[in-house]
Amino acid sequence: MRQISAKLDFVVGDAAVLARMPELPPFRVFDDRALTFLRALAAELFAAGEGRTYPDLAAFAFWCRPSSLLPLREKYGRARLGRGLAFHVAPSNVPLNFAYSLVAALLAGNANAVRLPARDFAQTALMGAALNRLLATGAFADVAARLCLFRYGHEREATDALSAACASRLIWGGDDTVAEIRKSPLPPRANEITFPDRYSICLIHSERYLADYDRQRTAQDFFNDTYLNDQNACTAPRLIFWFGGAAERARAVFWPALRERLERYTLQASQTVDKLAGFYRYAAQAPCRLSLDGDCKIFRVAVPEISPDITNHFQNSGYFYEYDARDLEEILPVCGRKCQTLSYIGFDGAELREFVLAAAPFGVDRIVPVGRTMDFSLVWDGVDLVRTLSREVALP
Amino acid sequence: MLNELFNTAPYALARAEKEKTLTALLTRLTAHHYEKCREYRAMLDGYGFSPRRPVDSYYDLPFLPVRLFKELTLSSVGADEVFKTLTSSGTTGQAVSKICLDRITAANQQKALVKIISSFLGSARLPLIIIDCPSVLKNRHSFSARGAGVLGFSIFGAERIYALDDDMNLRVDALADFLRRHAGERILLFGFTFLIWRHFYAALQESALSLDLTDGIMIHGGGWKKLSDQRVSPAVFKAGLQAVCGLERVHDYYGMAEQTGCVYVECEKGYLHASVFSDIIMRRPSDLKVCAFGEKGVAEVVSVLPHSYCGHALLTEDEGVIVGEDDCACGRKGKYFTLTGRIKAAELRGCGDTYAANFS
Repeated sequence: MRQISAKLDFVVGDAAVLARMPELPPFRVFDDRALTFLRALAAELFAAGEGRTYPDLAAFAFWCRPSSLLPLREKYGRARLGRGLAFHVAPSNVPLNFAYSLVAALLAGNANAVRLPARDFAQTALMGAALNRLLATGAFADVAARLCLFRYGHEREATDALSAACASRLIWGGDDTVAEIRKSPLPPRANEITFPDRYSICLIHSERYLADYDRQRTAQDFFNDTYLNDQNACTAPRLIFWFGGAAERARAVFWPALRERLERYTLQASQTVDKLAGFYRYAAQAPCRLSLDGDCKIFRVAVPEISPDITNHFQNSGYFYEYDARDLEEILPVCGRKCQTLSYIGFDGAELREFVLAAAPFGVDRIVPVGRTMDFSLVWDGVDLVRTLSREVALP
Repeated sequence: MLNELFNTAPYALARAEKEKTLTALLTRLTAHHYEKCREYRAMLDGYGFSPRRPVDSYYDLPFLPVRLFKELTLSSVGADEVFKTLTSSGTTGQAVSKICLDRITAANQQKALVKIISSFLGSARLPLIIIDCPSVLKNRHSFSARGAGVLGFSIFGAERIYALDDDMNLRVDALADFLRRHAGERILLFGFTFLIWRHFYAALQESALSLDLTDGIMIHGGGWKKLSDQRVSPAVFKAGLQAVCGLERVHDYYGMAEQTGCVYVECEKGYLHASVFSDIIMRRPSDLKVCAFGEKGVAEVVSVLPHSYCGHALLTEDEGVIVGEDDCACGRKGKYFTLTGRIKAAELRGCGDTYAANFS
């Protein structure tokens, strides 16, 4: 590890900390040292007040308070230890994803080496600064000894060395990143969690939407699920299934309400051209009908049938396929391995889960109401992170 | 009506008349491709455009993003009528456009190019220096935009010489001999902007050789991307050439493989001009509505020539500004404009992959 440290640009920790980390004893799951540290981190982030500028920073601070995490402690029992060093490869374009990954692995009891996004996001820098202020107090020496955040370029050697030293590797960022990082071998005992490319879908019950939902509030929720991240998060719905007998009327309410919310959403030329090209590429080979509402912010592409191939034609930045469905079975062709989140308006989550469990598709890992697709959970992509990043010391 | 255009001087039509002519021709082409090209018909059906519904202006016709030609083979003629297939000059590993040409389209492209270029050169053929290598024309049935450019411009040459050998070295002795034989004549030079800078300008600058091309005229195209990456501006390009060989008349042109023939040539005042065969419309990035003059937008180009493929109205990935119409100080009618570069890929939020792309 020493020889690669020169290639790393440390934001938290340093070469000496990193070199010692693989051999430090792990924590227990939900160790008090980890919880105390997270309580202080949440307080530090709230005190710094930057959450007002960066809602994602505030959301993280809120999420990492022990009061929201402690209820989960019971689930894991007391007989679990961390696996050792967790090596995290954060996605390049989500500012704080690394922080959730880090907290999951810390709660599981691991030391953490985190490769930060290459882009220099303000939120990433603020989080790094908050961590450094806390660690500098000396009050969290055991956590400080187990935490390094850094950036590095495309040096295979660095990935090789970190992979060879880790007990668990977490790769966020899509199929190509997974393939690239997997060129670096892991030790025989190490495990790996990958977060490859996924897509998500949304189910809307037209009559219940019209009857029970506030249109502005729902538009905001749907905006948060989609445009807030340029509809480029894997959790963002790309295909909408309309149910019930009032789909036409519901659309005439739903889309204008969303459009009002988009006054300040701006498109760069490449986003508009990508959407137009994506639409024509799809239209060249499958029947569909485009609806534009005055400008190019919302591309709605109505399709008369769902083929699994439609999932190869997803776009971002406000591009939605729409389909009028008669029964739930009709979503199954797009519930394959790449399907991650099923969000809904006007359904019961538990009933949808029963349907999915009975139909047993290869995909659909999460079922959440509209507005909640971005909420991070310690079970992600169908993987219980704390369990997977720890080991149970078993008795007969 | 297309024949009338071929009998019109290439910059003779003012706005009202040009709009009327282009609207008639482009509306007809839209209907033709709708009828003959299955994919194009499906695309327009999906867009909700019916060619039977009349439009006020060609501004209202649908336009296809030019990258579709890299992903789909769009042909409006039978396979037996495809007389050659043109490919765009993608760099290694990139997808290239495939343009199916029938005899009529290829011939019209050549005719339009001749009309446009000879309005700058005069009708007499000139001794021609092609700043490229002979192997660029190896395959006559499927060739690159570079090859098409060289072949297209070759007809302006009385006697031709390639300035570079197949290893891209400047053929110093052959050039000196060529110039000696044509002393006192006006010389035409043609090539791609980047190759001219890299293999002609650079070689002349390094060598002790001094070529006298004071009375020469150069036409170059292919775009500025590589040169602007190296911070070589059009002004630096022109000044450099003048310094190494005395060239004073240098005309850039804008054009693309997907609309071969309809080149937009730079005038004496430094502006690119639309000829009677084509037009350029800048569109706003956010809603694709038409920009005001002076407002930067994404370029749509229309051409009346594509008969064998539906490339008569294309949204490019270039950005620019329309400076004016019919009133350029050079005297040409039609729109005149400048380009500001390629559209940049947006840095999206969200977890889509952008990491591995940086590896290659």
